[in-house]
Amino acid sequence: MKKAIITVVGKDRVGIIARVCTYLSESGINILDISQTIVGGFFNMMMVVDVADAKTDFDGIANGLSEVGKSIDCVIRIQLEDIFDMMHRI
Amino acid sequence: MISRSEIWETNQMIEKENLDVRTITMGISLLDCMDSDLTVMCREIHDKIVRLAGKLVETGDEIGREYGIPVVNKRISVTPIGIIGSAACKTEDDFVTIAKVLDDVAKEVGVNFIGGFSAVVAKGMTKSDELLMRSIPKALSQTERVCSSVNVGSTKTGINMDAVRLMGEMICETAKLTKDADSIGCAKLVVFCNAPDDNPFMAGAFHGITEAEAVINVGVSGPGVVKKALESARGKDFEVLCETIKRTAFKITRVGQLVAKRASELLQVPFGIVDLSLAPTPAVGDSVAEILQEIGLEYPGAPGTTAALALLNDQVKKGGVMASSYVGGLSGAFIPVSEDQGMIDAVNAGCLTLEKLEAMTCVCSVGLDMIAIPGDTTPATISGIIADETAIGMINQKTTAVRLIPVVGKTVGEQAEFGGLLGYAPIMPVNRFSCEAFVARKGRIPAPIHSFKN
Repeated sequence: MKKAIITVVGKDRVGIIARVCTYLSESGINILDISQTIVGGFFNMMMVVDVADAKTDFDGIANGLSEVGKSIDCVIRIQLEDIFDMMHRI
Repeated sequence: MISRSEIWETNQMIEKENLDVRTITMGISLLDCMDSDLTVMCREIHDKIVRLAGKLVETGDEIGREYGIPVVNKRISVTPIGIIGSAACKTEDDFVTIAKVLDDVAKEVGVNFIGGFSAVVAKGMTKSDELLMRSIPKALSQTERVCSSVNVGSTKTGINMDAVRLMGEMICETAKLTKDADSIGCAKLVVFCNAPDDNPFMAGAFHGITEAEAVINVGVSGPGVVKKALESARGKDFEVLCETIKRTAFKITRVGQLVAKRASELLQVPFGIVDLSLAPTPAVGDSVAEILQEIGLEYPGAPGTTAALALLNDQVKKGGVMASSYVGGLSGAFIPVSEDQGMIDAVNAGCLTLEKLEAMTCVCSVGLDMIAIPGDTTPATISGIIADETAIGMINQKTTAVRLIPVVGKTVGEQAEFGGLLGYAPIMPVNRFSCEAFVARKGRIPAPIHSFKN
């Protein structure tokens, strides 16, 4: 398992989760956890995913997600989970 | 499980507070490239650097994308060339030839600086060391990416005053040869006391002879993150202040440790150290001076500055050492003038002087860094300043350094422009009284009494 964190931030609209999840499903990326909230009309989602069996390399996924983000007016980032673990856990 | 607020905090640091990995520096030993034939040696140096560091830039960028954090600089440091060139170099020009090879190879592998055009002469100079030192002005004026450093003293050996005198002259000469670009050559030249062998930061990086074949050292930075965290500690007592700095330094250093480990794995080069320095850039919000202001000073240079800096430096270290088992290099707060907008503002406001900066160097991680002084400053005066700074390092068992830029053709009230990461600097006044007779004395200052610990 190779865990990564996806964050999606943007103005709320219909179909954000659907678009992101479709992309992930087509790319062979398994979703382990989703947490989502809306603050002041802004959509804010965090996903924990497993990229171990992804069909493309990490760069490819990052670029793919970034493209999906542009099409739905959101900023989508993917980062390996280690950076958060290292910073916030002893 | 990582919470949303923790993810938000990390990404906020990266996006809004300029948290970045300042440099991944690959140290490469050139000892096995030594040869009595200069042409053969230059070819060996070229081939070895390309073989080991050919993928350094690409790898640094890849790591940056994986973790979503900018890896700003990818650099190389090599064994001091004063040693490497000892068999082949018979003239100053021979050393300049090596500098050009280093410059070309830096361009070929895509790193923005290569350090190690250096001599370690804390006690005495070999013929080769002296030739290298005399070649520095030409080498730095004829290359773009080569950085040079000379270690002229240490707590164990005392101060080599012959080298101090020579470096005063070489700094002035370098300034003259690069006068068309505001004497920028001097921005790539550092004079050290107690220079560390594993410093990843330029211009003083070199791969010491105590080091392995090749090693990855990483420098993290994040003055903006510390400044932001301290906003929540306004008006609170010193315990809260220190606690906040330590926590932040821990988090920043952990990122450095992660990146260093990953780079070491991908490049198959052993991990050396994480340097947990707070290194400012001219960018707004990336300033050590602003941290000092947040601690409670109107400008750096005001009374209390040395105490505030001492506190900051110490807390950064305390937070950082917990985050990585191998902390090294310079590790602390850098206080360069030209690379820190807050410091420039303090000079322009008339709050920060060279003498106060000297006091600050007693408690910060390095020394008088990136300070522009009038172009007519004499070599003896520069040597005097170097001697003072070296004495501070020698007596206090710490690294100190001098990177002064006598800007030819400019004087107090004017400004030197270096561009890029090096920024710009107001020209600062220098004490005009003479130290000629002191500097003219031959020999060395003996090691201090507390060096005898055997």
